[in-house]
Amino acid sequence: MVPINYYIILSAILFTIGVTGVLIRRNALIIFMSIELMLNAANLAIVAFSSAIQSFSGQIFVFFVIAVAAAEVAVGLALIVEIFKSKRSIDVDQMNSLKG
Amino acid sequence: MTLDLALFLVLALVAIATALGLLMSRNAVYSALFLVLNFVTVAVFYLLLGAPFIAMAQVTVYAGAIMVLFLFVIMLLGADALPKTDVLPWQKPLAIFMAVILAGEAAFLLITKARPAGDILQPEAAINSMDNLRQLGMALFSDYLLPFEVTSILLLVAMVGAIVLTHKEKGAQK
Repeated sequence: MVPINYYIILSAILFTIGVTGVLIRRNALIIFMSIELMLNAANLAIVAFSSAIQSFSGQIFVFFVIAVAAAEVAVGLALIVEIFKSKRSIDVDQMNSLKG
Repeated sequence: MTLDLALFLVLALVAIATALGLLMSRNAVYSALFLVLNFVTVAVFYLLLGAPFIAMAQVTVYAGAIMVLFLFVIMLLGADALPKTDVLPWQKPLAIFMAVILAGEAAFLLITKARPAGDILQPEAAINSMDNLRQLGMALFSDYLLPFEVTSILLLVAMVGAIVLTHKEKGAQK
């Protein structure tokens, strides 16, 4: 069987790539996708731990995380569309004023 | 090397490569498609870990619904090829340097401090997918009933919020 450490290291690597994406990209959509990548890495770690301790609770938490991620994407993309309508750009460097 | 380990290593390479592809590609559509592939590989990891329901939910909700929404927005905005803006020159190396530190720390802490077991044992019950589904359903609708209902309200609020945000009122000034 695969040692759980491998899953944890993979999850850490994926999470770090997501963090790097948030830090170095300026496109709001790419930043959003990197956040999804981080959620996914966390889910992978949760399922690995839940499988290691032979418990179902972890899988149920992951189920809830997926539902919350879906809700987050709906609202976030609506916000990005609105920002694009007012600024004609989704570059996060352009979003420097509270008033549209 | 067992079959499981070989499968894991190949899929791990694919997952990391697609995540890097998401990070590097200039075109937002390619990034979204890389992310779809990444979600599917993670779904296969869930299958390896004995969680078939989560794997299927991952494919339908993440790779299906969420990424299609992303692609719709990318194409709606025509934002697949944004003009390059001037970036701070020191930002990228600094970000990568700090990310490497974060990865090292996270892996170190997770391995040294939180070690529940050596290998992942696959119980005979969990291999049977119908059994996994039944146990998951029982737990979801007995112990976790309140969180389940709260989640349904959260989804409703998110739907209403998205409609309110993008809805244009009649007669409102632009």
